[in-house]
Amino acid sequence: MVMVGTIINNIKSLFLKTTNKSTETVKLNTKNDVKKEGDIKLEVKDLNFYYGDFRALKNINLKIPTRKITALIGPSGCGKTTLLRCFNRMHDLYPGSRYEGSIIFYPDGINILAPNIDLLNLRRKVGMVFQRPNPFPKSIFENVAYGLRVNGIRDKKLIQEKVEWALKSAALWDEVKDRLNANAYSLSGGQQQRLCIARAIAIEPDIVLFDEPTSALDPISTAKIEELIITLKEKLTIIIVTHNMQQAARVSDYTGFMYLGELIEFDKTQKIFTVPSQKLTEDYITGRFG
Amino acid sequence: MFSFIAYKKLLDKCVLAVFFTAGFITIFITVGIVYVLLSDAIRFFQEVPIERFLTEKEWTPVFATKKFGIWPLITGTFLIAAIAVLVSVPLGLVIAIYLSEYASVRVKEIAKPIIEFLEAVPTVVYGYFTLLFVTPILQKIVPGLEAFNSLAPGIVLGFMILPYTASMAEDAMKGVPQRIREASYALGATRLRTAITIVLPAAISGVVAGFILGASRAIGETMVVAIAAGMYPNLTLDPREPIQTMTGYIVQVALGDLPYGSIEYLSIFAVGFALFIIAFIFNSIALWLRSRIREAY
Repeated sequence: MVMVGTIINNIKSLFLKTTNKSTETVKLNTKNDVKKEGDIKLEVKDLNFYYGDFRALKNINLKIPTRKITALIGPSGCGKTTLLRCFNRMHDLYPGSRYEGSIIFYPDGINILAPNIDLLNLRRKVGMVFQRPNPFPKSIFENVAYGLRVNGIRDKKLIQEKVEWALKSAALWDEVKDRLNANAYSLSGGQQQRLCIARAIAIEPDIVLFDEPTSALDPISTAKIEELIITLKEKLTIIIVTHNMQQAARVSDYTGFMYLGELIEFDKTQKIFTVPSQKLTEDYITGRFG
Repeated sequence: MFSFIAYKKLLDKCVLAVFFTAGFITIFITVGIVYVLLSDAIRFFQEVPIERFLTEKEWTPVFATKKFGIWPLITGTFLIAAIAVLVSVPLGLVIAIYLSEYASVRVKEIAKPIIEFLEAVPTVVYGYFTLLFVTPILQKIVPGLEAFNSLAPGIVLGFMILPYTASMAEDAMKGVPQRIREASYALGATRLRTAITIVLPAAISGVVAGFILGASRAIGETMVVAIAAGMYPNLTLDPREPIQTMTGYIVQVALGDLPYGSIEYLSIFAVGFALFIIAFIFNSIALWLRSRIREAY
């Protein structure tokens, strides 16, 4: 019987942890985030990123402010999505990717690029919304509840409350409350993307990464998502990658302009779009290239 | 210029005729098979009423007192197929999850052709492998296992149908878009949880279709069971006893020198027709499930 118990525990741990070396892995503990609010949430120091031999990011240095919206802009292939995917270590899913430098997560002061970081724990703190809506082929309710279950929440009532809260926060509740058991793919593209946002915020992360969240949506859905992102910054630090300069200007507080794997300029959005200090930035935002 | 267009039009018609003929031949062959099976099966049922075929409990067409109850052959067939499925489904699922969610590209490149090679081994090899290698080993483990039995061929068939259960399941899981997996990983889910709670349910219709085609293949398999399962129509569910399957009976009778048109000769068409219907039902279910796969995402 003891054997069976151990086996069951081992199987459970497979679902809950990356490795058995859980004692050695570093977890982010951000309970103190509520009391002590620093100005900086993430600090990128001398970051280089490689896909195999290709150096996709070159000496990036950047400070992401807490509870603000930071936009990353730049032409296709400039590395903005690559940088975004460093923040939740999504690159680790694919062989051949390599990081150099560090990204410090505050207030913990932990380098999230360290090899002993608990990636599952990191990804629960740093949520992500993707370019194309990617709900699971499950019901609307299950899509939002999934992240909660991944986090070990079993209490049905609590799950129901959190799903409702997340859907309300994502401004989707009124449209779906009567059909929570319908398949997520019965929703429109814009609704699907708001469902993905609800799914990301249901587990109450500190940071949410948006990777061109409106590039597959029509203007009305885009406006709704932008409005939603602005309301979310009350509680979250947001980083948004966008192709659309007007979008960056509309929603973000800070903007970083990237070009060929380098961060050319980073400043308050208003300054970037009115008096950029770099010639390259000016050329890009005035539409001379890209 | 005009003649060029006329030439093109003629070529078009020729190509169309070739394709139509090719398509028509396959349909003609299928219809021909059904016609042969059905016409001789009808002659059989004119002599042996269909009630006897479906209600008698013994199958002794070559004995002096002839009995024509199909059930011993059906239970034999399904017993072997069930053992094969019981072996192949769990094994196939584990292999499919490993190959689609964990294995590196290199491992996949080597492992998949090897699994698919199982289909290319001549079944007579499987038959003697079962009789001369697997059964003697199993006899040391399973008490009371006879030289001819349904356990050993069932297990071997389970491996033989892995190209369906493992490989098709892997294809179905591979078809699940990467962005859905990424959504799961981005929420902090492990590979195992993503594989079992996200990828497998999304691919389930394709996975189950593979299982059903595998089962259908096990039901239709002839050589392994004819060699290793015995030639004894036996209404039993004990996997240690010799049995006979529908295909095994057809081979046994067709190899003997039975007079053309005799009742024994006609009986193989009746059995063949019953087998055809069973396989047809299984394949239809599999195809229906496959067509549903696109609805998921």
